[in-house]
Amino acid sequence: MLGLTPGLTLADARARIPHLVAVDMDRAADAALLARLADWCDRYTPLVTVEEPDGLVLDITGCVHLFAGEAGLRRTVMQGLARGGLTVRGSVAGTPQAAAALARFGRKALGRHDIVPPGEEEMAVRPLPAAALGVSPEVLLALTRAGLKTVGDLAERPRAPLATRFGADLPVRLARILGQEDIGISPRRPLPPCLVERRFAEPVAREEDIDAALAGLAHRAGRILAERGEGGRRFEAAFFRADGRVTRLAVATGRPARDAAVVMRLFRERLAALADPLDPGFGFDLLRLAVTACEPLGESQVSLDGRTVEDEEVAALVDRLGARFGAAAVLRPAFVDTHIPERAVRMVPAALDDDGTAPPCGWPVERPADPPARPVHLFDPPQPIEALAEVPDGPPLRFRWRRVLHEIARAEGPERIAPEWWRDEAGEEPTRDYYRVEDARGRRFWVFRQGLFGEAPAPRWFLHGIFA
Amino acid sequence: MSAVQDTLQALRRSIAAIEPAASETGRRFTCGAPAVDGLLGGGFLRAAVHEIFAHEEADAGAAAGLAAALAARAAADDRRVVWVRQGFSVAETGALHAPGLAALGLDPGLLVVVTGPDATCVLQAGAEALRCPALGAVVIEPWGDPKSLDLTASRRLALAAEQSGVPALLLRIAATPRPSAAATRWSAAAAPSRPLAANAPGHPAFDITLLRHRAGLEGRRWRLEWHREHRLFREPAPLSRPVVPLPAGRPAAPDLAPLARTG
Repeated sequence: MLGLTPGLTLADARARIPHLVAVDMDRAADAALLARLADWCDRYTPLVTVEEPDGLVLDITGCVHLFAGEAGLRRTVMQGLARGGLTVRGSVAGTPQAAAALARFGRKALGRHDIVPPGEEEMAVRPLPAAALGVSPEVLLALTRAGLKTVGDLAERPRAPLATRFGADLPVRLARILGQEDIGISPRRPLPPCLVERRFAEPVAREEDIDAALAGLAHRAGRILAERGEGGRRFEAAFFRADGRVTRLAVATGRPARDAAVVMRLFRERLAALADPLDPGFGFDLLRLAVTACEPLGESQVSLDGRTVEDEEVAALVDRLGARFGAAAVLRPAFVDTHIPERAVRMVPAALDDDGTAPPCGWPVERPADPPARPVHLFDPPQPIEALAEVPDGPPLRFRWRRVLHEIARAEGPERIAPEWWRDEAGEEPTRDYYRVEDARGRRFWVFRQGLFGEAPAPRWFLHGIFA
Repeated sequence: MSAVQDTLQALRRSIAAIEPAASETGRRFTCGAPAVDGLLGGGFLRAAVHEIFAHEEADAGAAAGLAAALAARAAADDRRVVWVRQGFSVAETGALHAPGLAALGLDPGLLVVVTGPDATCVLQAGAEALRCPALGAVVIEPWGDPKSLDLTASRRLALAAEQSGVPALLLRIAATPRPSAAATRWSAAAAPSRPLAANAPGHPAFDITLLRHRAGLEGRRWRLEWHREHRLFREPAPLSRPVVPLPAGRPAAPDLAPLARTG
């Protein structure tokens, strides 16, 4: 219309339109927009994939009856995107490659096909230029020089010589675009094992309505899972806003669950913990609940002492706390077989408890008649202190920590803990001598001297923990 | 005179009707020292909140040790213990060290540690955990005197504990006592231990003071020693009470002298 075409140099374009505004291409923003559009298209089919840089492919197998046929679905999608201010071209065909080629290169003059009836892909794509095959520019140039300008020209040739001359890739592409081979698409999101959704004739915005609708979906999903004898470990709720924004919330459970009340309690915790609350805008027109991970779940057997029920209650509590505060905030200690105090415990998510990923291991039991040899609180990293001690390896007589002077009344030690030589970084770490000390007021501390007297660097004192 | 008596009787009856029935017949857990348990009427109430204040900020270790030991007593039947801490507490007093808790007799395998970013989250998580009747004990450790821990919040915790029957140990470091719905309130300070051979520090010893009790038994003080092999508190034998050796030229620590011996 303005005489501008892709590939034109900026100087030529300016010559034609002097007040042209040139803006750099922002690939990241384009990709983000495309991802948002793909999210939006999720409402038509769960199988959506992005074709860089500007295409979306939807696998609509089995979805079209919801939209009054292929023509109805195409019209709905195109109108929706056009309302967003986008210029869109779309085609429906038997293979993704044929549909993409028709959408990109189809022209009225070439006999435009918006919807290709089954088996007529070859007729539809024959007039398209060879560029529709999506081959590299070198191959395209070679094809043009050989006089093979359209897909139809290529379709008539025997495939073996084509492969020899233009690469093995070409016959494969040709077969796909002609509808002779269908490899489907690899969707952006894997298809969940269980998916339920609810569409609203009018967008809903009230919190109670959304809650009730989600609870209904949880019930339906629970029934499906019960029929299969399964329970969900991860649930994802997708809220499709009328203006196209999609919000997804996921919750995870420590054990397979299918009870709607349990799932809803997790979602309510999750919703309550959102930094910015779920903004319904003009309302949601589609709610979808996907169970993204399933595990077998039989009817539970209650043991005689009722411990099964208790364990499940604790697991449910851990899930609720995890849903609200994040799984990283709900931890349990796991034993690590090392002498280095700060490495002796690893905090692992409490929810992993019953996976068997971290088997319960016994905590070492000291000689029970002795007082505790390890502190209740441990500082990591250890706190530097100023200490006065007997040379060469006596316990400190007094030390200063956080500007308070502690006079030592009792002490026990040293307990020498050497660095683990089999670790790479251990080479530079000096040996530590630990002392259990008690000050005049009865406070018990765990202090250590790093390094030995008479060695360089000079030994330094640290406070590592506080005893009860 | 009899009219006054009748009014008193009627008031007592109505108070008894308001008070939850569980407080009379509710189960209790003992700390092991007969003097303390006896005074509390047979031990600590399970379905209630017990506040433990660190006497000073430096007594954080002692207060945490007391809470861990009481939690170990309360969860003696291998039930889980949830310990909710504030992120700031970890920076100030160090992280909970599982081998140290194991050394006190609290099995780390039964422990779930929840860390909240602020006091409000800590109280929320604590209340949520308290509603789960399958737990043995819940330790809630907000730092300092948060605004969100007011009378309402403390009543909420007490109500949750009452309904589930799970004891709540509200561990207060760097905090000052304020009105609350707790059944008992304690102040805990570290006490000099009875030395072992070669002047080594002995079993953990605590000076605990009952600051508040519903039946008005305030102000009692005990010195308790925690024996982890039996998992119980004992009062150190009076004769073997330690005499703290002090460095030459220093006065005796004033804390130790006025110790009331009871029971």
